Amino acid sequence: MEIKSVPCRKSFTDTLLELGKKDKNIIAVTTDARGSVTLTDFAKELPEQFVECGIAEQDAVGISAGLAACGKKTFVCGPACFYVARSLEQVKVDVAYSGNPVKILGVSGGVAYGALGATHHSLHDIAVLRTFPGMNVVLPCDARQTRRLVMELVDFPEAVYVRVGRNAVPDVYENDDFPFELGKANTLLEGNDLTVIGTGETVYHCYEAGKRLRKEGIKARVLDMHTLKPADTEAIIKAAKETGRIITVEEHSMFGGLGGIVAETVCRHCPVPVRILGIPDENAIHGKPLEIFHHYKLDSDGIYQTAIDFLK
Amino acid sequence: MKETVSADALRLQTEIVRKRLVEVVYKAKAGHIGGGLSSLNVLTTLYFHVMNVDPAHPKMEDRDRFVMSKGHCVEALYSVLEARGFITPELLDTYGDFASVLAGHPTVEVPGIEVNSGALGHGLPIGVGMAIAAKMDKKDYKTYVLMGDGEQGEGSIYEAAMAGNQYKLDNLVAIIDRNGLQISDTTEHVMALEPIAGRWTAFGWDVQDIDGDDIREVIDAFDRIDYHNHKPHLIISRTTKGKGVSLMENILKWHHGVPTQAEYEQAIREIEQRIESLKK
Repeated sequence: MEIKSVPCRKSFTDTLLELGKKDKNIIAVTTDARGSVTLTDFAKELPEQFVECGIAEQDAVGISAGLAACGKKTFVCGPACFYVARSLEQVKVDVAYSGNPVKILGVSGGVAYGALGATHHSLHDIAVLRTFPGMNVVLPCDARQTRRLVMELVDFPEAVYVRVGRNAVPDVYENDDFPFELGKANTLLEGNDLTVIGTGETVYHCYEAGKRLRKEGIKARVLDMHTLKPADTEAIIKAAKETGRIITVEEHSMFGGLGGIVAETVCRHCPVPVRILGIPDENAIHGKPLEIFHHYKLDSDGIYQTAIDFLK
Repeated sequence: MKETVSADALRLQTEIVRKRLVEVVYKAKAGHIGGGLSSLNVLTTLYFHVMNVDPAHPKMEDRDRFVMSKGHCVEALYSVLEARGFITPELLDTYGDFASVLAGHPTVEVPGIEVNSGALGHGLPIGVGMAIAAKMDKKDYKTYVLMGDGEQGEGSIYEAAMAGNQYKLDNLVAIIDRNGLQISDTTEHVMALEPIAGRWTAFGWDVQDIDGDDIREVIDAFDRIDYHNHKPHLIISRTTKGKGVSLMENILKWHHGVPTQAEYEQAIREIEQRIESLKK
């Protein structure tokens, strides 16, 4: 697993700083998390566009809503686990319900904090946030895609939750020549034997598993479903019709996330078997993120084995 | 456009709004009438004396912002918005009807309302954000946030109290409608709040503690605010829940009670008598 890039959170904030220098309405808000979010440079270079709230997520999200209501392009950035739990009501009411186009960057999402345990894991965020009218949900898979996403978000007129991890991840997109449209999945590998759909950091593992299957003559379609709300239901239905089997892979509870989205979609439009890889109904085992991925079959080995078993 | 009126004119305006509030709750058979009645002096003073707002242009760029953090008392807000010309009587008459745009808590669908509220403890952080935005843009508009006293139990308020002090938000005014009652008992029995003034002073706020049932005191409190003192402002408006309807005053059940026909008629009679005498 070769890593050439910076962590997605760094890609996010570097891009935000670059854009912020040209647009004084871009505001970064955080909760004593400028280090972990990688906003230190932003705070130093654009202090007038930076709002520190201290360890107070409810306040930070409410303040962000107020800033956005007054025309500021507001990015509130901090650990995903806190913004989608402690301040969930502010996300629901002040941001989504009120229609304030705040961008929430949840860093170190999923099991990125590894052995720190369930207090620091966010394995419910997709399931919860996709039920909020007015909220969009995006999980970019690598640094380049994250950069493109930030450029899209600056003037995007609705609220968006973005979840990224903590560590640097391998590139899925190895140059800047790739399509990126919110709500539109990218096809990484074509194929009609089955479909593997990933989101966020699992996309790389899906891609690797797809390449390994290909060597054995199994043509798996691999989709990068970066936007979970609105999800690309057209791509899901097409995959169901053309490949007949779907595996979903997510760093999230098996309930209500990517697997749920795909299952709901195929049930309505084209019922086919779906296997959902994610964290089962338990507090995730303690370990390093990749060890946890391996344990729950979210890495390329687990996805490969699941595909082989699925095709039997 | 800012309107400036005399205390007597404001008293009369408040009674007109009071009558409408009682009508609205009676007709809809729902609402939070007690805390609405206690808030009226502050609301009419804000909308008819203090705030720079324009009903013809509710989104006017540099308007003053108002956040109804005690969103459950929305009928009072709707009645003031109607009186000030933001919404029509025909629209207000739909309150309580199926699919009316007027929900039981404030929403931005209604002209003049800045944010959706109703979950307590949310208004002050939003107000802090608005006040920071004004400072960033070097704009002169002010932000006013009306909170309930029962609402003071929400911890998020104190996060915002710290931020207001940290960012020296002298363009932010919070008001606590201190009527002393919350849904299940007196505030002091449920979770004691006093000394409120001392607490907020310790947080670094510029505090005024007034008789909010006396509109002259309410006007003076707003007029006294020094918007350049580098401190956020708090007005503790000590009021009577159910104010202006004798059968409701200071009685717990009127938190969200709905008057019977006889109670309604008595309430309207009282208010109309005051309106007549104020017109003289």
